[in-house]
Amino acid sequence: MMRQVQSQQALKLAAIWAVLLLAPYWMPFVGGYTALGTRVLVLGLAAMSLNFLLGFTGVLSFGHAAYFGLGAYGAGLMLKYGIHSTPLSLVAGILLGTISGALLGALIVRRRGVYFAMCTIAFGQVFYYIAFQWSSITGGDDGLRGFTRAPLSLGPWSIDILSNSIAFYYFVALVFAISAAAMAFVLESPFGHTLLAIRENERRARFLGIPTERHIWLAFTLSCLFISIAGALYALLNNFANPRMLDYNQSGEIVIMAVLGGMRSFWGPLLGAAVFVVLQDYLSSMTNNWMSFLGMIFMLIVLFFPRGVLGIFRRKEAA
Amino acid sequence: MTMILFNVTNGLIIGAFYVLMALGLSLILNLSGVINFAHGGFLALGGYVAYTLTPHIGFWPALIISPIIVAIVGIIIEKLMIQRLYGRDPLYSLLLTFGLAFVIQDGTRWWWGATGLPFTVPDFLSQPLSNEFFFITGYRVFMVAMVVIAVGALFLFLRYSRMGVRIRAGTLDLDTVSTLGVNVRTLRTFNFGLGIFLAGFAGVLAGGQVSLLPTMGDPLLMPSFIAIIVGGVGSLPGTLLGGLLIGVAAGITTVFFPSASEAVIYVLMAVVLLIRPRGLLGEEGMLT
Repeated sequence: MMRQVQSQQALKLAAIWAVLLLAPYWMPFVGGYTALGTRVLVLGLAAMSLNFLLGFTGVLSFGHAAYFGLGAYGAGLMLKYGIHSTPLSLVAGILLGTISGALLGALIVRRRGVYFAMCTIAFGQVFYYIAFQWSSITGGDDGLRGFTRAPLSLGPWSIDILSNSIAFYYFVALVFAISAAAMAFVLESPFGHTLLAIRENERRARFLGIPTERHIWLAFTLSCLFISIAGALYALLNNFANPRMLDYNQSGEIVIMAVLGGMRSFWGPLLGAAVFVVLQDYLSSMTNNWMSFLGMIFMLIVLFFPRGVLGIFRRKEAA
Repeated sequence: MTMILFNVTNGLIIGAFYVLMALGLSLILNLSGVINFAHGGFLALGGYVAYTLTPHIGFWPALIISPIIVAIVGIIIEKLMIQRLYGRDPLYSLLLTFGLAFVIQDGTRWWWGATGLPFTVPDFLSQPLSNEFFFITGYRVFMVAMVVIAVGALFLFLRYSRMGVRIRAGTLDLDTVSTLGVNVRTLRTFNFGLGIFLAGFAGVLAGGQVSLLPTMGDPLLMPSFIAIIVGGVGSLPGTLLGGLLIGVAAGITTVFFPSASEAVIYVLMAVVLLIRPRGLLGEEGMLT
């Protein structure tokens, strides 16, 4: 039984990675393009990072776009004003997002439920205003422009991830794989199991002597770390960072991706991101009323598919 | 000196809008546990409905009837959708109102257009009251008076009417209120309508000051959240205090350091959360 479950999971993992790694080759046949695939991976990572907190710790942050955007601005500022290096820009984005997340997380971990969500929204907007107002550095409303990702140099070899979009896709896929593996590792560790315990019954966890606030803070910070990686990659993808990336509307989109895919599943948010990105790409080219559609998608998901796309299948399995 | 007075007055007026908006949000949050993202949309809707009604029924009736219409829309939405989510994770009601905000905003844009519409108020209200203090127009005094009346009426209602007492009791312990034979479903629906009424009322008042836009409620949403957090979640007087405080703080900052006027309210929130995590007038235990 155990072995069967394990081999099933290995098979699932292999299937996911086969789809992801071959994406640049099969996507053109279904009307996609490589940059769309890259966007799915990046936003998928963002949604998975959020779900680390939402689905596995049971804490709703509705301001995670802030750390996503900080990752993007960190990477962009490094490339524009600092050293022109892609790995260093990633590091800069991660540092900016994670440190900010750790500091603000400490202020809000004592709250729970809706109030936690409300505090994360309000504090998330701080960074939106900074990016918006401090236009001499950040470019203000126009966004941060004038930087490009640098080719990767590995000793004698150099990989041109700037003009070769397929090479960049594989670079993103590599970073995605490392991040996802790290996330899975944390969730499988005793710490990760403790997070699940907090999600299921926080009071009981506290009675067992678990310092729940510190655990939630750490989970929040880790989640910010992962999402800032996604943000940095997003800046590299677009060679652009925009204040609206930090806005609570962006947070809402990331949350809905996680919900759409299925919050109880590790890979669900990636699927949610894929559905969302493709739908957005398609609908926004078809209609001017993208906002209404987006809003209705939110409402329909909440009312009819609260357990996400994967949840529909799960229910059938259980029945 | 006039400059400071000007900005403090501005701050108070903005604060008055934060208060109306935040009180409505707070009512809904306290009793139903729903963060109503669509509150700004209802505010804009209030302004637009009054704009449409005014040529037919005049300004004064529109001031009251428009918020009532918006409240009825709110009640219908609550009955049809939000009510189904009460027992579930707060995440879902949050996402629902988030989507609803988009739909309302886009709907308003589709119906009334994306360009700003002027909303004319009666002539006698738009005159400045004195030459020196040119910024104190009759309409501004009127707005503040209306907000004071609305807030006063709300607090009297909550204090003395049967329904109001039930709402306050439900905020503290909904299960007990339910056990005592109060129909909690109806109570929540009514309370939701009351919150939306305040938003619609704020929309009509704001319409006379700034031109009507589908997005006019958006800039008020975040400060209203902050007003609730600063004042203390679960406390309506706290929300009132919080709204006025951040309004005036933003107004004063505008004098000395204009670009930080929005940042200051976040700093205020951070300081309050550091020093007094439950908020200024929040009660212990209400925040969990």
